[in-house]
Amino acid sequence: MSAQTSEHKTMSVKLIVWRQKGPNEPGRFETHVAKGITEHHSFLEMLDVVNEDLIKQGKDPIAFDHDCREGICGTCSAVVNGVPHGGQKRTTLCQLHMRKFKDGDAIYLEPWRARAFPIIRDLVVNRGALDKLIQAAGYVSCHTGGVPDANAIPISKPDSDYAMDAAECIGCGACVAACPNGAAMLFAGAKVAQFAALPQGQVEAPERVAAMIQAMQECGFGNCTNHYECQAVCPKDVDVKFIARLNREFHKALFKAKAGTFTPIGE
Amino acid sequence: MILDGKAPTGPIEQSWDKHRFDMKLVNPPNKRKFKILVVGTGLAGASAAASLGELGYNVESFCYQDSPRRAHSIAAQGGINAAKNYPNDGDSIWRLFYDTIKGGDFRSREADVWRLSQVSNNIIDQCVAQGVPFARDYAGYLDTRSFGGAQVSRTFYARGQTGQQLLLGAYSALSRQIKAGSVKLFPRTEMLDLVVVDGEAKGITVRDLVTGEIRVHTGDAVVLASGGYMNVFYLSTNAMGCSVTAIWKAHKKGAFFGNPCFTQIHPTCIPQAGDYQSKLTLMSESLRNDGRIWVPKKKEDCGKPANQIPEEDRDYYLERKYPTFGNLAPRDISSRAAKEQCDEGRGVGPGGRGVYLDFRDSIKRFGENVIRERYGNLFEMYERITDENGYKVPMRIYPAPHYAMGGLWVDYNLMSNLPGLFVLGEANFSVHGANRLGASALMQGLADGYFVIPYTIADYLKDTKPGKVKADHPECAKSIDDVRGSTKKLLSINGNRTPFEFIRELGILMWNNCGMARSKESLTEAIAKIPAIREEFRKNVKVSGTGAEFNQQLENAGRTADFLEFAELICRDALHRDESCGGHFRVEHQYADGEAKRNDADFAYAAAWEFKGVDKEPELHKEPLKFENIHLAVRSYK
Repeated sequence: MSAQTSEHKTMSVKLIVWRQKGPNEPGRFETHVAKGITEHHSFLEMLDVVNEDLIKQGKDPIAFDHDCREGICGTCSAVVNGVPHGGQKRTTLCQLHMRKFKDGDAIYLEPWRARAFPIIRDLVVNRGALDKLIQAAGYVSCHTGGVPDANAIPISKPDSDYAMDAAECIGCGACVAACPNGAAMLFAGAKVAQFAALPQGQVEAPERVAAMIQAMQECGFGNCTNHYECQAVCPKDVDVKFIARLNREFHKALFKAKAGTFTPIGE
Repeated sequence: MILDGKAPTGPIEQSWDKHRFDMKLVNPPNKRKFKILVVGTGLAGASAAASLGELGYNVESFCYQDSPRRAHSIAAQGGINAAKNYPNDGDSIWRLFYDTIKGGDFRSREADVWRLSQVSNNIIDQCVAQGVPFARDYAGYLDTRSFGGAQVSRTFYARGQTGQQLLLGAYSALSRQIKAGSVKLFPRTEMLDLVVVDGEAKGITVRDLVTGEIRVHTGDAVVLASGGYMNVFYLSTNAMGCSVTAIWKAHKKGAFFGNPCFTQIHPTCIPQAGDYQSKLTLMSESLRNDGRIWVPKKKEDCGKPANQIPEEDRDYYLERKYPTFGNLAPRDISSRAAKEQCDEGRGVGPGGRGVYLDFRDSIKRFGENVIRERYGNLFEMYERITDENGYKVPMRIYPAPHYAMGGLWVDYNLMSNLPGLFVLGEANFSVHGANRLGASALMQGLADGYFVIPYTIADYLKDTKPGKVKADHPECAKSIDDVRGSTKKLLSINGNRTPFEFIRELGILMWNNCGMARSKESLTEAIAKIPAIREEFRKNVKVSGTGAEFNQQLENAGRTADFLEFAELICRDALHRDESCGGHFRVEHQYADGEAKRNDADFAYAAAWEFKGVDKEPELHKEPLKFENIHLAVRSYK
């Protein structure tokens, strides 16, 4: 790569960051200053700078989750000034750039806070509960092999686009962190809606929605009370209409259960 | 040693079908007695673990990420190839086979590529059945688009997030098996050693990244699907956690490393903005369907705003040099062409390291809305990173390290030279030769996992006794001691430089000396310098914290240590391969017009390196490549 150094002027920001050694240790806020930051630094690159400095001073660097740094893997996760992912529309924390901040800004940095996401260290939490929801029923039960030709079942473009809108979810958990109830309804709704819109997924639709709702309760997620904070912070702008779809699919399942054409899991 | 890839003989069209019949099966009730360890949960690993679990094997699945869904396959944007010929434009299994062999510059095994082309169609069927929302037309049928190196439209896609959707499909199949109890999942768990007993792979030693616990998992076979090693260049399009560690540890335990110097530099990435940068971001190759690549004809125009440079002063160099394929020339060729323009002083943007990717003409022809519908998310991403609007001014792009064609050597059954060790996806060396065509990585990952390993692993297991090696085997204890020892060593050095500083130093050296253009001098220099960086690392790295806790610096240090050993092997391979082919460009070997000059008489083989010790020269083994169905020819995209 070219060894081009950015000629933009630099800034300093004050970080007030949550530090916690482990799930059962007490946490506290700690203040650090990030110096020499340019507008082209991503937020996480700014944290890299702070961490390099901490390591050199012999202090523990700030633990934070990150991986792809291009907004698709869903690993990065921190609450910036009270907003998961920092408040730029349709943007994960790793894609938030420092040009959105000013020299001298104070930035509060906290982990996702939700009952279902225990803290591992500093800004890192355990989001295994989201995997549990998918394991409950977030799939089409097809076998490897033995499926029909891909074009055997036409799917209307609007249905297909609707499924894709729902499937854009990256599973970061910002929706849960933003929800006053710590609900995973947007996450679960998106998965239920994706499959409910497709002929391949419709066969198991009642079982799926029932199992996912049960799993949400077991994992300690709350319920939806229509605050819509989830969509506001979603880096993929997943629509709350998918929560409505989940509710509709759940009611359809209840009717089917009454009619005896479907037995909810656990009965 | 002359290696045998054990490719089936006879007519290529029947090779995979015949081989499937020739292989033995494991009796269904016996399958659950076999434990298979699968490392990695990307397309290859997740599809393999799910399919093997479904067949009845007892599977354990490992990933360093907090969830299997985050493996880096998720970042693939453009699409997945298949020979469906839905558009009726002349595609066939034969053509995909031909394009892939030619695209790889005749350095892959014919039978493997045939099989890949054949099962490509099953993959699309499988993914649709899983509920993957591929793009469709208004009649409800699947849509396709074109990718580099092909003259047919065979690339299936899901907006700009094809990798994500395919991975979520494989992840859902994996999740289903986890619920069924046939697969046990170990997230935030990193493989740090391979346990080899009597020459066979029988276990892995892992570190629990949350608690720091180091333990052994034994099994009857080990499947590595741990991805590629392009972070050896430090700045690449890979995720931060992508590393060579799993396959390097296996290599140090005896698995041969195949063609490490075959590395892909992707032509369309966002140029670097500064020294602090941690990664480079890819812009999907699909953009080249509608974007035209150019640089100013005159050097003095390079500083001007692009829109002020008149048409006659623009050099659409790909269209000029490769009129048949134009902007869709293969990646290695496009990358080198971009470098050439910049080396001539006609690059644009900071440091003159960029070329324009311009949508002006397509927007004029189709309207901004159509372009937005096709690539909206990519334009958004571009704007977030560069603060520039790609609809108004041309994007700036520059090549960046992206994909490793090289990897552990495997035979036709995807088994390495160590019996019981299977390697899938980007981690193996097999089908892409010296250059991978766009939209073929997803195809390979899923082919290996869904449709190859479920058959070929049985051919190994049929002769083995289940549960032969238990956790109390001396080799297991030794492996744990080794891993504990190296972890302790890293923590005890307490020097002055961070792991990040070392990988950055190594990456710059690798990019300059072993990147898009390589020479005897540059490689010899790198081989001399790498051991010095390694030595400095051993003496002066600083890793804070302890081993018995969540410690990201320790993870980084371990991965960096492996890159520091591995980098030398890439350079040695690149030095020994005294020809140019695909992504491996030796400046000594080029035609007058700058095209790569292959040397089939001396180098039509896969190089497989045997580890002899860190600081010792590895030993070269060769697998001769035979081309019986496609004639070796000079690759031309003109």
